[in-house]
Amino acid sequence: MPIDAPHDLPTDLDALVASWRRWMQRHDAMSATDLAELESHLYDTVDHFVAAGLTPDEAFLVAVKRLGATDDLSREYAREHSERLWKQLVLTGDGGTDAVDEEDAARPLPFHRRANGLAVALALGAGAGLAVKAVDLATDDPAQVVLNSAVIVLPFLALWFAWRRRPSLGVLATVGAVFLVTGLALNLYPFAVPDTATAGSEVAGITAATEIIAMIGSFVVLWLAVGIAYAGSGWRDERTRMDVVRFSGEWFVYYLLIALGGGALSALTVAVFASIGVDVMQFVGEWVLPLGAAGAVLVAAWLVGAKQRVIENIAPVLTKVFTPLFTLLLLALVVAALVQWNLVDASRDLLIAFDAVLVVVVGLLVYSISARDPLLPPGWFDRLQALMLASALVLDVVVLIAMLGRTGEFGFSANKTASLGLNLILLVNLAWAMRLQVGFLRRRTGFGALERWQTAMLPVYFAWAAILVVVFPPLFGFA
Amino acid sequence: MRIGKDLVAAAATPVVLGILAEGESYGYAILQRITALSGGELEWSDGMLYPLLHRLERLGHVHSEWRQSDSGRPRKHYRLSEQGEAVLAEQRRQWSVVGDVLSKVWPDDRPRLRLALGEV
Repeated sequence: MPIDAPHDLPTDLDALVASWRRWMQRHDAMSATDLAELESHLYDTVDHFVAAGLTPDEAFLVAVKRLGATDDLSREYAREHSERLWKQLVLTGDGGTDAVDEEDAARPLPFHRRANGLAVALALGAGAGLAVKAVDLATDDPAQVVLNSAVIVLPFLALWFAWRRRPSLGVLATVGAVFLVTGLALNLYPFAVPDTATAGSEVAGITAATEIIAMIGSFVVLWLAVGIAYAGSGWRDERTRMDVVRFSGEWFVYYLLIALGGGALSALTVAVFASIGVDVMQFVGEWVLPLGAAGAVLVAAWLVGAKQRVIENIAPVLTKVFTPLFTLLLLALVVAALVQWNLVDASRDLLIAFDAVLVVVVGLLVYSISARDPLLPPGWFDRLQALMLASALVLDVVVLIAMLGRTGEFGFSANKTASLGLNLILLVNLAWAMRLQVGFLRRRTGFGALERWQTAMLPVYFAWAAILVVVFPPLFGFA
Repeated sequence: MRIGKDLVAAAATPVVLGILAEGESYGYAILQRITALSGGELEWSDGMLYPLLHRLERLGHVHSEWRQSDSGRPRKHYRLSEQGEAVLAEQRRQWSVVGDVLSKVWPDDRPRLRLALGEV
């Protein structure tokens, strides 16, 4: 900026401020309102120094200087507003050695670091796919592959973060131990193999209830273990945990998109080849599907890191679309439950379906919290969310009463105990979340309390899922 | 004398909350007040105040509102919330304990130190 520019025109100052603003806009950590606030501060400072006898552009220089070094300022904003650039990893490692920065500096990067590490992601994805296929070929038992899918695939995702975010050795050892224990539990426990005649429900060839529960638990435990690898030593910090939640949400959206696209492409391939009399169904089913499904886990993770801007705008939109719809669904369910009032006799499947709905509600809530700007004042959406929470809470109590009734009638089985425990956790979560939400609407607490509560629940989910994997099978006789 | 970075960081929250307890204010005025109160010895880069204010707002200790200043420019005003008052009272208790301890281990400095920590 020209230091000795003519300073008799007041528009000069506006031009200087405008150019300062353009410069600051390059920093993603600062939003337009932040800049408006800083700009108002600049004008106040300039007024002060002009009154003390400086010329406007001298005063402007002093004022800008007093704001502090741009990078420090930007880092400070980033620390407070991690939701704006959680993906850029500026806050981890030593002072933000970030792949994006390095690319900006136009320094030649080693091949594996280019395009945000795409080559590494693809290699790990291929590794995950081949691992799935190798287990499939070695055991020749699809049930084994399904049971172990998290144990086989997610280590590659953990490796991706180990490479990308460089957590400490202690963190890596913890994550490794979690994977090891889960893998051993799933494979060494002597799960019962009931006669096909007496078997109840069955998931992909797995018949023992405790085995199915342990498998579901392993997904949760290992996903959170990947989260630990992502968070590194910052895993205690609520903001880092929120970043893990954001990652999970975005990853889910990408994975779904890839799965839909991949599914459509596979179906088209099968159809086209069928039309010329070649049956590729088996090839698609035995090779493309397992390799693709496992590889997509890594590709989606890479996409979250590399291409956020696209989805970043979608996340808040998705929550705004689905929260009203889910609120309607919940209200309808509450009405139905109150009118019928026969849930106690209802089938087990129905109760599990209700549980699934509640899990989705909590997921939606956490996702909306992670996508929301914490500084916005409470608005219609937050009131709608309170309504969703209230109806979910009513529903949860109804389901809980029904479950206790069933348990009183039929005793504790693995299935019932697992869903009962999940229900209690959800009840506690929803009740306290409701309290905080109302406090936020009445402006008694800040939005930070909501964030902190949901991130504080993550270890609880981890603990319950770990119990499902490790304690439940022996407790219920591997039935 | 320059006060060390860590001490400034630790003091920032109670000082800002304390200033807002005197009545609602905005960024520039808060900084002016800090400079006046500390005789210019408690200082940090002006810009750093804003992320701090945003954090306090996210935690619900302060509320904010955009208003027009006298010169017609928009300006973001902050005021203490009920929760913020409770936090301030708690911080005050903690700081007075620290002040007490320090004045006991440095008996010579008692009057000046007590003054500096705003203790009666």
